[in-house]
Amino acid sequence: MRIPWRFLAPALLFAALAAVLAIGLRMDPNRLPSALIGKPAPEFSLESLGDPGWKVGTADLARQAWVLNVWGTWCPPCRDEHPTLVEIARENRVPMMGLNWRDDRTLALKWLAQLGNPYVSVAYDPEGRTAIDWGVTGAPETFLIDANGIVVKKYVGPMTMDIWQREFVPLLPAAGERR
Amino acid sequence: MIPELGHFALILALLLSMAQSAFSFGGAARGSAAWMAAGRSAVVGQFVFVAVAFGALAWSFVERDFSVLYVASNSHSELPLFYRIAAVWGAHEGSLLLWSLILAGWTLAVTGASRSLDAPFRSRVLGFLGLISIGFELFMLATSNPFARLMPAAAEGLDLNPLLQDFALAVHPPILYFGYVGFAVAFAFACATLLEGRLDAAWARWTRPWTLTAWLFLTIGIALGSWWAYYELGWGGWWFWDPVENASFMPWLAGTALIHSLAVTEKRGLFKSWTLLLAISAFSLSLLGTFLVRSGVLISVHAFATDPARGIFILAFLTVVIGGALLMYAWRAPRLKSVAGFEATSRESFVLFNNAFLVAALSLILLGTLYPLFMDALKLGKVSVGPPYFNLVFLVPMLPLLALLGVGMHAAWKRGLLGTLRKRLYAIAGASVAVSIIVGAAAYGAVRPMTTIGFALAIWVMLSALLVPLARLRGRQPLPAATLGMVIAHFGVGLATLGITGVESFKVEKDFALGIGDAASIAGYDFRFAALRDVRGPNYVGVEADVVVSRGGEPVTMLKPQKRRYNSGGNPLSEAGIEVGATRDLFAALGDELGQGRWSLRLQYKPLIRYIWLGAILVALGGLVAALDRRYRLRATAVARHGTVSAAP
Repeated sequence: MRIPWRFLAPALLFAALAAVLAIGLRMDPNRLPSALIGKPAPEFSLESLGDPGWKVGTADLARQAWVLNVWGTWCPPCRDEHPTLVEIARENRVPMMGLNWRDDRTLALKWLAQLGNPYVSVAYDPEGRTAIDWGVTGAPETFLIDANGIVVKKYVGPMTMDIWQREFVPLLPAAGERR
Repeated sequence: MIPELGHFALILALLLSMAQSAFSFGGAARGSAAWMAAGRSAVVGQFVFVAVAFGALAWSFVERDFSVLYVASNSHSELPLFYRIAAVWGAHEGSLLLWSLILAGWTLAVTGASRSLDAPFRSRVLGFLGLISIGFELFMLATSNPFARLMPAAAEGLDLNPLLQDFALAVHPPILYFGYVGFAVAFAFACATLLEGRLDAAWARWTRPWTLTAWLFLTIGIALGSWWAYYELGWGGWWFWDPVENASFMPWLAGTALIHSLAVTEKRGLFKSWTLLLAISAFSLSLLGTFLVRSGVLISVHAFATDPARGIFILAFLTVVIGGALLMYAWRAPRLKSVAGFEATSRESFVLFNNAFLVAALSLILLGTLYPLFMDALKLGKVSVGPPYFNLVFLVPMLPLLALLGVGMHAAWKRGLLGTLRKRLYAIAGASVAVSIIVGAAAYGAVRPMTTIGFALAIWVMLSALLVPLARLRGRQPLPAATLGMVIAHFGVGLATLGITGVESFKVEKDFALGIGDAASIAGYDFRFAALRDVRGPNYVGVEADVVVSRGGEPVTMLKPQKRRYNSGGNPLSEAGIEVGATRDLFAALGDELGQGRWSLRLQYKPLIRYIWLGAILVALGGLVAALDRRYRLRATAVARHGTVSAAP
């Protein structure tokens, strides 16, 4: 039986579409390229979350690899990733700074008291100015900065142990991990 | 206990869907009336058990059972009752359950209303509907169980997304799904037809009211979504070409083409295979929309569930359903011959143009929606396709479509043209252009080419639609409901065009930084930021501004935009203050506090924007009037007689 091509065309087009969708599924929409990768980390010096009189900033962690985690108590995925962050902190391989983004100081402190504090320090950014400098589009976001102050990795979305092991840990030695 | 009963009911519903398909197909193949009757009983049982499952989930929400993961993730003890119920479909798992319930409802309705159909054909339709039910119920049970428990139970829920705590958005999904899922009926009819390899006018006559009903719900659903985006997102836009919006708009375009081509297939026995293809496409695009929204392959402001495992399941399901239907089409459709010919100026050729332009717009929108994915899959980089592309590819086919619409309404079947109406159409066309220029110049002080074209087309379509009943009444011809519906819907298209042209040509949107007592003016209106006070709702706190609007010293209105922060956390939300008017909306949204008592305020002047949604309502109303045409019910009995005759060997 011969099928005229115009009757077969819809099925063929759909097959092509399904193939593209299948490839699309394998890709992670969260893995957006960041304009910051390979560029110097934007400097900041902000009030500490815990102590308004104390300044916290990029200078504190210079000359070593460190992680910046952007979070807020208003962000449910941040709650999801928090236990992972605590676990990563327990490994004690790399210091993690928190950037508390557009949040309420009291709520944020209560959150850390309840869920554990994985951060060596937390910068308080209620207006989100610093987050804009860092090109943050949504919390949570996690950055890895190397010993030369260059952003080497950015991950958008809740951190999991799997992603940490697969995408961050291999970069640590080259980034100038503190030994 | 209740959630477990719901889970169990869902499993039973899946088994009954399997029985529905097996007995229906088997009965039709063997000619066994008993099997076919068993298939129909399974339809009833499936509906009952899906309804029980849905009721169990609703009960868990009403009773605030935070030991159910889905409830804990989408509800909160302070959430008002109405939103606790709406929260049932506030996220992925519950949406699927609602989808299944609606599908089971449509299937039940088809079973009840199709007694007059040829029995094996009727059974095959139910068989295909059963296959779709199986897919969705299996999907839920395998990857997205709404009844999964949370151990230990949460003390407090995470709350329904505050953006969704709104009346229009609470009713938007059920209405939209009614439309999406309704296309399953036309799809099942098309598949059953292809399986049997014969298509007569009865098929088109049968499919028309079902398709019209699905399509009118989809129309209302899309309009509601657009209205919601306008007042809730705080940007004052009414359409964003967001992938999720496109996902609902593409089936609508296919459905619109389908209801037109069905008319030709019914009246003239033409476009048979094309109509079948559209019927398959409309539902396929509904499924594709679900895939795009639920799998996370496209990023969108709407995406709330992204999970590759779900994506793989939906893709497999999509491949079976759509791929299977299209292969059946390739195999069977070449046999369907259209017999009659038609002249270039007949109604058939106008419908052909309608279909060509709608499908062109649809294809280009589909291309734009998938293009970023396509580029990414081929490692050509991340791109995003923005509104300029979509505006262009939608506008270009729509302009000739609207121009021809005004003529096509009056064209006769088979043979052209128009006769005595020709002169009147010339007069209307001339008047439309003249009025358009005058209105543009007088009301808005500008004559711009696109604005003039838009207004002229809008007036042309509306006047031309009104000419239909006038000519009929003058000629003492009857005005059947189907024709009246057509007139109302087309008038609505013109009205929406008027609104779109007005707002896109003359809107003013400006952001200001204002302190209390400061004023700003746009489009001749003075907006004074008079006061700011704290407000407290059932589950949120916030601030409300008084923005006093005046024009030339005369007070016009007071807008009260709010900025809310929900107790459960989350980004602060803006509730716009809007004064609705026949000729314009005035819009104020409260932005961020800028310090020193100053706030950012977004002020907007939106001429004629209401007519976009009013037009959409008329389009849907037209669909309703046409779907209720007595002809479909009367002929249905005639079909029954014809059906029994043709069923005899």
